[in-house]
Amino acid sequence: MTDRRRLPWGVLAVVAALAVPAVGSRFYTFLATDVAILALFATSLNLLLGYTGLVSFGHAAYFGVGAYTTGLLMKQLAVPFLLALPAAGVLAAVFALVFGFFCVRLTKIYFAMLTLAFAQIVWAICFKWNDVTGGEQGMPDIPYPDLAWMERLPWAGSLRTSDHYYLVVVVIVALALWILRRIVESPFGRILTTIRENPERAEFIGVNVRRHELVAFVLAGAFAGLAGGLFGIFNRGVFPDFVYWAKSSEVLIMTILGGMGHFYGPAVGALVLLVLNQQITSYTEYWPFVLGTILIVLLFVFPGGIVGALAVGARRLRRSARA
Amino acid sequence: MLDVREVRKAFDGFAAVGGVSLRVDRGQIAAIIGPNGAGKTTLFNLITGHVRPDAGRVVLNGRDVTGLSPHDVCRLGMGRSFQRTNIFPRLTVFDNVQAALIAHRRRGFDLLGRVGALYRDDTLAILQSIGLAEKAGDVSGVLSHGNQKQLELGIVLASEPDLLLLDEPTAGMSATETRETIQLIARLTRERGLTLLFTEHDMEVVFSIAQRITVLHQGRVIAEGAPAEVRSDPEVRRVYLGERR
Amino acid sequence: MPDLSFLFGQALSGLTAAMFLFLIASGLSLIFGVLRVLNFAHGSFYMLGAYIAYQFVRWFATTPGRFWIATVAAALGVALLGAVVERVLLRHLYGREELYQLLFTYALVLILSDAAKVIWGTGQLSVSRPPALEGAVRIFGTKVPYYNLFILLLGPAIALVFWLVLHRTRAGRFIRAAALDREMLGALGVNVSLLYTGVFMLGSFLAGLGGALVTPVKTIVPGMDVEIIVEAFIVVVIGGLGSFWGTFLGALIYGQVLSFGILVFPRFSIFSVFALMAVVLILRPWGLLGRPLQT
Repeated sequence: MTDRRRLPWGVLAVVAALAVPAVGSRFYTFLATDVAILALFATSLNLLLGYTGLVSFGHAAYFGVGAYTTGLLMKQLAVPFLLALPAAGVLAAVFALVFGFFCVRLTKIYFAMLTLAFAQIVWAICFKWNDVTGGEQGMPDIPYPDLAWMERLPWAGSLRTSDHYYLVVVVIVALALWILRRIVESPFGRILTTIRENPERAEFIGVNVRRHELVAFVLAGAFAGLAGGLFGIFNRGVFPDFVYWAKSSEVLIMTILGGMGHFYGPAVGALVLLVLNQQITSYTEYWPFVLGTILIVLLFVFPGGIVGALAVGARRLRRSARA
Repeated sequence: MLDVREVRKAFDGFAAVGGVSLRVDRGQIAAIIGPNGAGKTTLFNLITGHVRPDAGRVVLNGRDVTGLSPHDVCRLGMGRSFQRTNIFPRLTVFDNVQAALIAHRRRGFDLLGRVGALYRDDTLAILQSIGLAEKAGDVSGVLSHGNQKQLELGIVLASEPDLLLLDEPTAGMSATETRETIQLIARLTRERGLTLLFTEHDMEVVFSIAQRITVLHQGRVIAEGAPAEVRSDPEVRRVYLGERR
Repeated sequence: MPDLSFLFGQALSGLTAAMFLFLIASGLSLIFGVLRVLNFAHGSFYMLGAYIAYQFVRWFATTPGRFWIATVAAALGVALLGAVVERVLLRHLYGREELYQLLFTYALVLILSDAAKVIWGTGQLSVSRPPALEGAVRIFGTKVPYYNLFILLLGPAIALVFWLVLHRTRAGRFIRAAALDREMLGALGVNVSLLYTGVFMLGSFLAGLGGALVTPVKTIVPGMDVEIIVEAFIVVVIGGLGSFWGTFLGALIYGQVLSFGILVFPRFSIFSVFALMAVVLILRPWGLLGRPLQT
């Protein structure tokens, strides 16, 4: 996955994202916030899936832990956003460390099943622990962070709170994605790809596979937690279904839809899936059916995801242009 | 350098390796031969930590490495190649070797550096020595079998081992490729002062470079010594050629 | 102190649940053992078995023996669906990464679950017990429905038949061999692709059969596919993926755990069930009777 992009897609995307409140209605800002947060969630999963070759069926656990952490801190304890959000990442990382320790000792299907089991345990706790998590009802009415200072900014001053929050989200997500990009382009990232390609061989070049996998697991969990913290506020409430296996499968599909072989694949997948979901659920209640069909088409026709297909197409165009 | 003492391994009651001992001195080129199923690969797995022996010890440079995990054994100076080519298929040739260097130089947990040009010169030097420098940018999975075996050698060398364990390094090669590969291996061993222990089916290869040969049959050593001795050993002849006493 | 008849009743109900679970989990385990695919859609096949049985019972509303007709029709129908799915779609994914196969079966779950909603709606449906097996009998002071007794006998009977097929017939030998080394089997001239289809059909047949037989005992609702697949996962994890007797043992254990667990921990089910699965995976991932994992 060497970076041969001539266009700085990342920068372009951020600029475009920042412009949304100015050009679009409230609805678009809403959708864009959702996309940005889930793009981070999906990219964090891809650190495990696309780069290390680990299939996690329970990534929503860390998303949920992050959401509940931020929600709890801000709603019950009036902790400021600047502390509550990193706390989400930290606590999610702790959970990932504990769960990951056991998970990385297993391979393939057993690894996947244990990640699922742990995630469902977290879900059951969130569902039942009424005192802390609000149980089945969850935690509604999470406050927005104090964004009054944004009204003093020249171009953003006149926007609504939700738009202010959106801009904050874009900045945080962009920063997080930049860090993730650095991580995958580091020596650590290179070693992760060797684990994905051939874990046995990686051992024999001196790689402590389990330790690397655990570090990747914790990092992925931390960023998922960050995404969860952002999402809880966006959603104005945190609920147990943030942790449910359906959420884990959703983010997994997003990642593969966009393309797990490219860094920006999952982000693209998040965008496409959310837009599709939004469009299709307005016509029919049978979204799962549509999703299932899309998934099958994806698996058989575009295994590299959208970005993968685009990359192949671009290569063909380049080749025929040269010919 | 390497001292294997009475290692045993049984799988589900089947004794794959039953009390094998062998010694390889520093700078030696030694070979293990034996018919299929003799336990050669299992023995390698036992030595390199891929499989834990049921009994026996493996001593490397005076240090007991029995049962240590592969990555620890690798760090202690043992490098291994595999019978079925074991590379990183979707990484480029360059990346394959670079990754081995990164792991060997303990930069594996560097999360902030940039990997692009890291150890570039050293990587290219290794590729040069195994003859794959022009293919540095190629995706390794699409290389020919022979090239992949060469790459594997490069990956092993990147870990700067003192002891090379090569499991059937010329498997699946044509006669020309075999000769070239063996010459390459012999040259690199000499240049870098390495110790080499390899398994092979191709007798010509074995007798051309090995200084010491161990013959394995059904998990036990049936003969050991210099090529000439082994060649004329009656037990060996019986096992290989079916000669009666 | 709960009296003995109550305990006996609980144990029996645990056993009955176990028999159903065994039926379904054995199909799952078989498919995994041979095809190395963890079929998420197995629960959907179970659900379809239930719905199809319901449909046949309605169509043959006045025919005597309709329950049995419906059961057989449902099981065969699901087996046929399984064959189609395997031959037309799944087989193209065999060479690929396991993740793709898993996602495919998950996509099937999504599609089949909505398909069932379209055809049969989202309400609760039920099927009454076959007239031959209505009523109950008193054993050790507790009332045991005849139907449950039937299931309690059928379970081991099917296990026995299954075991005989696996160990005493030629096809069974091929199946066991395929579970160990499919390449070798192909090299021996066995039509491996036909074997795969057959195994998938057999597994699906068992799922459909289980679904059809469970209709007098449980209401048919959307969501029963997910509920059962989770339980089936736990059973095969406890018993050992791919192990026949392991699945039987796992089902027995889980049935009792379910039955008595609710008494001991009222807020039992969801948490403890997954905690159990996690504990097994951590301590002994290959389950009670599976083969230890080799790196």
